[in-house]
Amino acid sequence: MTNAGEGQQRILAAGAYAEGEIEARQQGESGDEPPGAPEPRQQAPKQEKQRGLWGDAWLELRRKPLFIIGSVIILLLVAISIFPGFFAPGDPNAQNLTLARQGPSADAPFGYDSIGRDIYTRVIHGARASIVVGVLATMLTVAIGSLVGLFAGYFGGKTDSFLARFAEIFLGLPFVLGAIVILSVFNAGIQGAPGTIRIMLQVILTIGVLAWPISMRIMRSAAIAAKQQDYVNAAKALGASHTRIIFKHVLPNCLAPVMVYATIALGQFVGLEATLSYLGLGLQYPVVSWGMMISDSQQFIISTPHMLLFPAGFLVITVLAFVMIGDAVRDALDPKQR
Amino acid sequence: MGRYILRRLLQLIPVFIGTTFIIYSLVWAIPGNPFAGMCGPRGCPPAFIEQMTQEYNLDKPLPVQYVLYLGQLFSGNFGQTFNGIEVSTLIQNAYPVTLKLATIALVFEAVIGIAAGILTALRGKGFVDNLVLAATLFLIAVPVFVSGFIIQVVFGVQLEWIQPSVGSDPTIGQLIAPGLVLGSLSMAYIARLTRTAMFENKRADYIRTATAKGLKPRRVVSVHMLRNSLIPVITFIGTDFGALMGGAIVTEGVFNIHGIGGLVFDAIKTQEGVTVTGVVTLLVVVYLLMNLLVDILYAALDPRIRYD
Amino acid sequence: MSATDDSTGGSPESRLLEVEDLHVEFRTREATANVLNGVGYHVDAGETLAVLGESGSGKSVTAQTVMGILDTPPGFVTKGAIRYRGEELLSATEDRRRGLRGENMAMIFQDALSALNPVYTVGFQIAEQFRFRRGMSRKDAMAKAGEMLDMVKIPNAKQRVKEFPHQFSGGMRQRAMIAMSLALDPDLLIADEPTTALDVTVQAQIMDLLDELRRERGMGLILITHDLGVVAEVADRIAVMYAGRVVEESDAESLYKRPAHPYTEGLMESIPRLDQKGEHLASIKGLPPNLANIPEGCPFHPRCHRATDECRRKVPELLELRPGRYSACHFAEELISSE
Repeated sequence: MTNAGEGQQRILAAGAYAEGEIEARQQGESGDEPPGAPEPRQQAPKQEKQRGLWGDAWLELRRKPLFIIGSVIILLLVAISIFPGFFAPGDPNAQNLTLARQGPSADAPFGYDSIGRDIYTRVIHGARASIVVGVLATMLTVAIGSLVGLFAGYFGGKTDSFLARFAEIFLGLPFVLGAIVILSVFNAGIQGAPGTIRIMLQVILTIGVLAWPISMRIMRSAAIAAKQQDYVNAAKALGASHTRIIFKHVLPNCLAPVMVYATIALGQFVGLEATLSYLGLGLQYPVVSWGMMISDSQQFIISTPHMLLFPAGFLVITVLAFVMIGDAVRDALDPKQR
Repeated sequence: MGRYILRRLLQLIPVFIGTTFIIYSLVWAIPGNPFAGMCGPRGCPPAFIEQMTQEYNLDKPLPVQYVLYLGQLFSGNFGQTFNGIEVSTLIQNAYPVTLKLATIALVFEAVIGIAAGILTALRGKGFVDNLVLAATLFLIAVPVFVSGFIIQVVFGVQLEWIQPSVGSDPTIGQLIAPGLVLGSLSMAYIARLTRTAMFENKRADYIRTATAKGLKPRRVVSVHMLRNSLIPVITFIGTDFGALMGGAIVTEGVFNIHGIGGLVFDAIKTQEGVTVTGVVTLLVVVYLLMNLLVDILYAALDPRIRYD
Repeated sequence: MSATDDSTGGSPESRLLEVEDLHVEFRTREATANVLNGVGYHVDAGETLAVLGESGSGKSVTAQTVMGILDTPPGFVTKGAIRYRGEELLSATEDRRRGLRGENMAMIFQDALSALNPVYTVGFQIAEQFRFRRGMSRKDAMAKAGEMLDMVKIPNAKQRVKEFPHQFSGGMRQRAMIAMSLALDPDLLIADEPTTALDVTVQAQIMDLLDELRRERGMGLILITHDLGVVAEVADRIAVMYAGRVVEESDAESLYKRPAHPYTEGLMESIPRLDQKGEHLASIKGLPPNLANIPEGCPFHPRCHRATDECRRKVPELLELRPGRYSACHFAEELISSE
């Protein structure tokens, strides 16, 4: 439980930093003698500046080896999860007990597991579950969190303190523990063999419910900073509606810190899904997932180490790739940390 | 300061109620019979169901049940498992183990994490910095159950340096390897947090002032830079300790440690509703109190907080 | 105490501080910026030198280099000399330079809120110097800190030593900053835009305080500012900086009467004046140069209404036109004798 709990905190911290940086950057051009700053000191209009932030970030990212390596790995994984059959044509659940626990060979590069399933095929087919859960859980979390955070930050006052307390209720639940309770309730309601989509949806919803307050907090402080900008006051003075101000003026200026959070969260959620599956509460047969494979390997770890090695290796590389991208994105979006 | 603490304390109440109510309703309001599958395939004897329904007011509406339950909890009655064991006894047995494990993890992550962070910040960009960044990246990417497994197999089974399975009533020595595994992720975060804060403060105006006063570099770093940089780190450590005290389901599972995490996990699996709600409520209280402590600590460390 | 008269005289040894042909570069991954390109000025004891210029002209960097608190990297001194009472500083050991800081030369910064450590009391930060430079006990040092606050006219100083910077008002903070800088009784004080962050009424109080303390203690004061109005009353001499060079140096009175550089002229015209109410306020067209790519010839030529081909080709030297009056402009003679 702690691991994801800590993940939460840290992501929060990372996001908070990102905010600070970006704010600092926007104000940094007031020009109180940045000693001999080589950068041109023009006062560009706000919109221009925003594009500049993303444009700069993109230029910076393209030069980062971390980002390039991470992206190549992720692109490959995405390809694998879309067309697993292309990379491994076999059935991941097909078993042949005569081959059980055989080591890697030319036929089966990763060997066979305890009941004679081809590990390579299973690892390839397991990518989809991890990526889909990671991506959808991140999207859900960010969508709920951002929307609530945006409203809380923009309206402030009573709305804000109500929403903040509401978010704290979910933060008060230890992450893995909360997930276990929720998932066991879901699982208790299942009659017979659950469908693939239902199992995945459960895990995604559980992560979403527990993780949204983090992106909410990030968005909230970004929104508070953004609404104090002059152009927002100008828009207000011109009689623009709240909806228009929020989505046209405030939101675009809050995207950067949330983006940073999202990329780091992706990696965390992939790891979290594996953890839940490992505990037997996340994905289940017939879905193939790395967490389940690692869980299966537990009893055979001495005699059949390749059962652990390959799924764990893929899992670590995937999380690493996402975290690397997240790191690079954060660095690119906040110049102060370089 | 007093008002600040009071305000934070009052803010915790709705959060406490909300969180524990959610857990309570999830556990007891499971669609269908809460005792289904609880007493094995035969189902529970009617007398037991009767007794439980009585004791936990299961025939009343959910909010009423919840309030009555909280009342019992605060009078010290955590209830019994269906085997008749007092839940408070279970907690008493499990908590010291969890506390030991959490403390070990905390010491590891704080000492190594802060040291690594300070080292990189003082050395500046270069080999050490890159090494620490790469190491922390790796630690962040490896899920605890994978690193726990590997440590267990390599050091426990193959090298036989540690006991792969800890069992009940462990000594501090037995908990060192699990503690390291448990603290590894936070160690990485603390190293990065310290590094970032130090790098930021290195360029702060007040550091320049301290240098302009002619203070020795050692004093500038230790009194001015470090103190300010450690504020976010210490609050992180505090929050993390709150999380660690909630038990470590995964680490405890891997190393077979009978702590609070394992207790709650087993209870969920066997649908011991009484144990689950009791322990989780306790954990939420601990977690919230730790958060309060962190807030107070933060206010004590950063004088700017107290007065707004 | 005014040192206007002897500003040209005096041997280099008697000078409190002398900066000569100072070159500083900022090296970043992308580019190298030539931040200082041969700055030279001097201050004598008891004298106020105002260093004037826009953001990025190098006035603060010069001061930081003098103090020895320039961030390296990115800043590197590539050439030049800094002499304090005849002692060469750039080749001195770091220990020696640290010994001079606070004791012989001190600096106060523009934004006292960020220049004071937020987590320690004001008294602690002043007392630090007494404790670690004078070996005083914690208690004695705190008492001395109280005296210092009293000296800068902070009311109720005994109580306020125990307060944190954020509990002080802007003007009080700057006073505390001044108290801190003067704790060890330095004879050179560098004030880097000490009043920029303050209200106009408070500005005047702080300037008066600085002037008074300088007179009482016979200190040399370097007053860095971009605001000509601020220096008018207190400066003995003025050095105007542009793109990392001194482009004009003069006693204050003559400079105000007749600037000898088009850039100074522009600065003066951009001060609002009561007798010109309703007229359009002049400003210098264009932007300060990109220091990574300073234009050839006179660095000011793209913004100068007098610029000729010569200006585009040749860097004008800083020449003495009249006793104590220097200008780096091809048209300096014309400017100074025009009426």
